[in-house]
Amino acid sequence: MSKLTFTRRGLMKTTAAVGAGLAMPHLFIRGANAFTNEPGSGSVTLGFNVPQSGPYADEGADELRAYMLAVEHLNGEGDGGMLSTFSSKALEGAGILGRKVEYVTGDTQTKSDAARASAKSMIEKDGAIMITGGSSSGVAVAVQALCQEAGVIFMAGLTHSNDTTGKDRKANGFRHFFNSYMSGAALAPVLENAYGTDRKAYHLTADYNWGYTTEEAIRTATEAMGWETVEAVKTPLAQTDFSSYIAPVAQSDADVLVLNHYGGNMVNSLTNAVQFGLRDRMVNGKNFEIIVPLYSRLMAKGAGENVKGIFGSTNWHWTLQDEGSRAFVRSFGTKYGFPPSQAAHTCYVQTLLYADAVQRAGSFNPCAVVEALEGYEFDGLGNGPTLYRAEDHQCFKDVLVVRGKENPESEFDLLEVVEVTPVEQVTYPPDHPQFAGGQLGVCNPGA
Amino acid sequence: MLGLGAKDTRLFLIVIGLTLFAPFLLNPFPADSSLAQFNAGYPDLMQRFVIFGIFAIGFNILFGLTGYLSFGHAAFLGVGSYAGVWMMKLLTMNVVPAILMSVIFAGLFSLLVGWISLRRSGIYFSILTLAFAQMSFALAYSVLTPITNGETGLQLALDDPRVLGVSRTEAGSIPLTHFFGLEMRDGFDWTIGGWVFTFNVGYYLSALVMVAAFYVSIRIFRSPFGMMLKAVKSNQQRMLYTGLNPRPYTLAAFVISGMYAGLAGGLMVAMDPLAGAERMQWTASGEVVLMTILGGAGTLIGPVLGAGLIKYFENIFSKINSNVLHQWFGFLPDGLEDALVFVVYPFVGKGWHLTLGIVFMLVVIFLPGGLVEGGQRIGRLFRRGRSSSSKHERTAATPSSHAAE
Repeated sequence: MSKLTFTRRGLMKTTAAVGAGLAMPHLFIRGANAFTNEPGSGSVTLGFNVPQSGPYADEGADELRAYMLAVEHLNGEGDGGMLSTFSSKALEGAGILGRKVEYVTGDTQTKSDAARASAKSMIEKDGAIMITGGSSSGVAVAVQALCQEAGVIFMAGLTHSNDTTGKDRKANGFRHFFNSYMSGAALAPVLENAYGTDRKAYHLTADYNWGYTTEEAIRTATEAMGWETVEAVKTPLAQTDFSSYIAPVAQSDADVLVLNHYGGNMVNSLTNAVQFGLRDRMVNGKNFEIIVPLYSRLMAKGAGENVKGIFGSTNWHWTLQDEGSRAFVRSFGTKYGFPPSQAAHTCYVQTLLYADAVQRAGSFNPCAVVEALEGYEFDGLGNGPTLYRAEDHQCFKDVLVVRGKENPESEFDLLEVVEVTPVEQVTYPPDHPQFAGGQLGVCNPGA
Repeated sequence: MLGLGAKDTRLFLIVIGLTLFAPFLLNPFPADSSLAQFNAGYPDLMQRFVIFGIFAIGFNILFGLTGYLSFGHAAFLGVGSYAGVWMMKLLTMNVVPAILMSVIFAGLFSLLVGWISLRRSGIYFSILTLAFAQMSFALAYSVLTPITNGETGLQLALDDPRVLGVSRTEAGSIPLTHFFGLEMRDGFDWTIGGWVFTFNVGYYLSALVMVAAFYVSIRIFRSPFGMMLKAVKSNQQRMLYTGLNPRPYTLAAFVISGMYAGLAGGLMVAMDPLAGAERMQWTASGEVVLMTILGGAGTLIGPVLGAGLIKYFENIFSKINSNVLHQWFGFLPDGLEDALVFVVYPFVGKGWHLTLGIVFMLVVIFLPGGLVEGGQRIGRLFRRGRSSSSKHERTAATPSSHAAE
């Protein structure tokens, strides 16, 4: 090492500099606001954090469209959409508590780190009072934890993993979307009717959090009705060619293939499976079947012909004929020229629910919002009567079982609703084994 | 001062000044103006600037001095992050043990990786490190899910033991990270006129660490050990012929830069206690290479500047959406407004990579020495204007590439 020489003057200068540096923190005080990002009297800022790049970019783009539509309706522009069918009449299209709704957007890149950085900048820089979005459960869980820590409300977008309102539930976080358990519970009876009780299932599972909980939920539900699980293989999330995973399925004596995949993964694995002729096979004297637990219209579009006759579950579908759904499809279609996806629906509804909760509570304080949302029952938002359960901040509503349509009438008309599973059938106790280990904690208003 | 030459002292003081006054420098626009979009003076981004600065400084000790291009440095950052979060889960929310443990674990891991990878040089070394990093990423993402919590990322929970701290605060939430009681989130806003300046404890702690890391890096650059590393870069064969074994030196440099990466990872979780597997992905490793080259490989301050520029693009440019653009160009006639938005839009928002790519190309083509060379050229321009003579200064400013600061 080169020589280290201390001169008296140098030492004094350094000491002074370091001393000044150390004295800094003692001047720090906490902000004077009652809660994080208390909005001014003119406007309020919401943060829309969606994937704009990566495997779920399609869903993200549709979510963003829905958010912009919701902001329009909250501010009294456009045709009002579901505001007119919503059971609560607190919102009048005059913003939230008289403040004009503004928004900022960010890109989660479907990565926990990037999503948190984006959400943090919304909270710290733009003063967002509520963060919403996410199209992956990992991201949703990560951002939800951040919002809990920072003291803002998180309204989850498309996240289907049990953990979001199970193991990783947080007091400041709310989920309207359904979850893996509900998919299993809704699908099982339909599958029993269609395929019988004596089946051997082979699972291909996306190798991450959502894949695990979905596989567990479907396994539990199908095994309870007598199915046997032959094998469960994990596939990397970044995989695009699944042929090496499909070939062993044909070798096994399984007669059902469950694809616990979402987005681009599902499109590719399903296409591979059909190309391998799995659907034309006869095993154990039965026709070989494929099941996709979580379906979306965007995925069905990607997989094209291959989805015909394949069962799955979904949170909402644009062909529903209740008043709320029709109003939403109408205003979304007018603005963008095509029907909304289930991701768009849940994001739109979450924004409305947040705005309504603030309006009813009369305050933007996260704790007041939590109180207004907990145990809240509402209707007219497309899913029939719905409950925001207080114990885990999960919405309970009917779940749709859908099937790929044999004769689609248009490029959007790809799925048909086979059954609307009533809410009682998908309800579970908050401490159900698939959801155990989580604690809400207490609401955090920050500041 | 502190054993530094006059020139290094000046550089060191500049870095101290920049970090100390960052809240002012990064918030040049009033909070209500339309240019506030470009303000970067909020805690999260300021922390990111200095933390990635540390990461790049460490990377530069390996790449800038020995010329060994590692494509797997993000793995050490990730290992450091996981070690840090586990300390917070098991021991205490004080950030000091977390950061120390991050540095130790990253050091051990880099010793292992370096010991194997350094048997080869050049492209083979790069590929080996890349392979190790991707392996660690795959492990963290799925195989080691019990330790890393997979895709969701490792985070704190209410029922963590935290032997020396509390599992949950009296209010019932997860305690916040702190430095002997000073919470990282703490801080205050200072409003003067339309300007809002944010001072944040976490930032100043990270900045202090970065200044220390920068100081150590100057000392390494100027030490006989640093000379050895430069010798490895200029001609390893000749070094071997003179009877010197370069392996211990390169391995030491590799471990030191791995520990720097671990330090950065530890600080990251100290500021935001979540460790995601993505920070070990090869794109993250590539990012630090970009930072170093963009700023100027082999220069002292270059990597810090490069890190700042990339993080600025990632966090500020990516947030400009079409709505913001329409506000900016709102004063123009409708047709022209739409046309301008149409032209600019692909370069901002999700297209920030594109802009960064163009900047990177321009820098590499016109300023091979990175931003530092740009700074030097501007400096020379002014100096020439002042005094046209001074042969000494002209030699000092020669872009003799990698050893110039």
